[in-house]
Amino acid sequence: MRYSALSLVADALGLAPRVPAWRSPAPKPAYDVVIVGGGGHGLATAWTLAATYGITNVAVLEKGYIGSGNVGRNTTIIRSNYLLEGNNPFYELSLRLWERLERDLNFNAMVSQRGVANLWHTDGQRDAFRRRGNAMRMHGVDAEMWDVAQVRARLPFLDFDNARFPVRGALVQPRGGTVRHDAVAWGYARAASALGVDIIPHCEVTAIRRDGDRVTGVETTRGDILCDRLALATAGHSSRSAEMAGIRLPIETHVLQAFVSEGLKPLIPNVITFGAGHFYVSQSDKGGLVFGGDIDGWNSYAQRGGLATVEHVVEAGVAMMPGLSRVKLLRGWGGVMDMSMDGSPIIDRALANLYLNAGWCYGGFKATPASGLCFAHLIATGAPHAVATQFRLDRFDRGAALDEKGAGPFPNLH
Amino acid sequence: MASLIACPHCGPRPREEFSVRGDAAPLRPAPDAAPEAWLAYLHARENPRGPHREHWRHEGGCGRWLVVARDTATHEVFSVTDVQAAARSAAREGRE
Repeated sequence: MRYSALSLVADALGLAPRVPAWRSPAPKPAYDVVIVGGGGHGLATAWTLAATYGITNVAVLEKGYIGSGNVGRNTTIIRSNYLLEGNNPFYELSLRLWERLERDLNFNAMVSQRGVANLWHTDGQRDAFRRRGNAMRMHGVDAEMWDVAQVRARLPFLDFDNARFPVRGALVQPRGGTVRHDAVAWGYARAASALGVDIIPHCEVTAIRRDGDRVTGVETTRGDILCDRLALATAGHSSRSAEMAGIRLPIETHVLQAFVSEGLKPLIPNVITFGAGHFYVSQSDKGGLVFGGDIDGWNSYAQRGGLATVEHVVEAGVAMMPGLSRVKLLRGWGGVMDMSMDGSPIIDRALANLYLNAGWCYGGFKATPASGLCFAHLIATGAPHAVATQFRLDRFDRGAALDEKGAGPFPNLH
Repeated sequence: MASLIACPHCGPRPREEFSVRGDAAPLRPAPDAAPEAWLAYLHARENPRGPHREHWRHEGGCGRWLVVARDTATHEVFSVTDVQAAARSAAREGRE
């Protein structure tokens, strides 16, 4: 069924039968492509394979339910304010795909281009942000530099005269913003299912069958499934998935926490990041302030973090915006991240017919549509997409690390 | 991660007194080792879900580097050893 204003009215009046948004078939014995991981990236890949490349005999295997992983745990921010040549065109393509996502999927994902403002506090930060803003503009990406008066006019609630981190200005990407994350998973699942993709939840892959340089299929909690091509999109657990195929990755798994406050009247008009304290915040349409900080810093597969990080994040938030001290924290949660050795992702072929989508650190959500496109392109054509040529797995061995932050091979510093 | 780490020199202390460096498994290769050995040392990680040995430093206490053995899924800490003691016992085991 196509969603529209008319279908909404028909549904409200009880004139149309209610049907699940996507089918729930039992797994078939074999598929052309099996995608492991029913998160945003896996579902976007499946939809792109079907919609763009005409490959519809596809299964998406998800160990939990659809939307139970990081696609439902992130802080919903989209942006393409990257510095490096290898990153910027990819994230800009992603932002352009976000701009047409709802038309492509016929699903309301509440894409809101409310702008992303990165605050700066020192001359050094200003210079670094100006360089990044200029790099963005040279790639055709929107970037503006706001002086302190412009920031004050739009965000009067910030602590401009903070003794340690006075706000001096902001690098702004007006086309950045937020997207309702759950709707991204649901929208892709519904659109992929309509094109014939089998979405199979509660189906955990327990082994990968390998014959020399080829993969022949997977063993799962719902039986064995053969496949011509196998695609792993299990960020957070990529090391574990790849290990089943005998591959060791340049990745560590770390926990990142996020938080939401009680619902408030409209207060924060855009996304604000406070680089000095590693804090970022936006306000959901429901009214809650959605915010997060840095990873806890040690390897963890537990989807929960430590209180010291909670304290640090909240302190940074109050330093940026003193009024936050009066706001009640409603919920906090953790998600586990593939932290790669250079802070950048991997979209590559790992064996003859085994494809790998991994290493998204804590930037995976904004990349969802382009990750799906580039991964599907690689699976369908065998060649990397033009904007993903620097996301190769062997870049570490070639000395071609894509290190946006310049932090070196320390995953807990990216 | 557990909220207490039992420093072998200072006793049980709050986790906030410690800083983490990361996986203790990769051993620095010899200077003339093959490039593959250096690349693996820099980049390749086991990244286990379960028992994991890490380098931590008791920054807010004795200042010693420690090897903390703990579980990356349950956060249970199994043992905390001074790096020097850990290296000596590894060397002894290597000789046997």
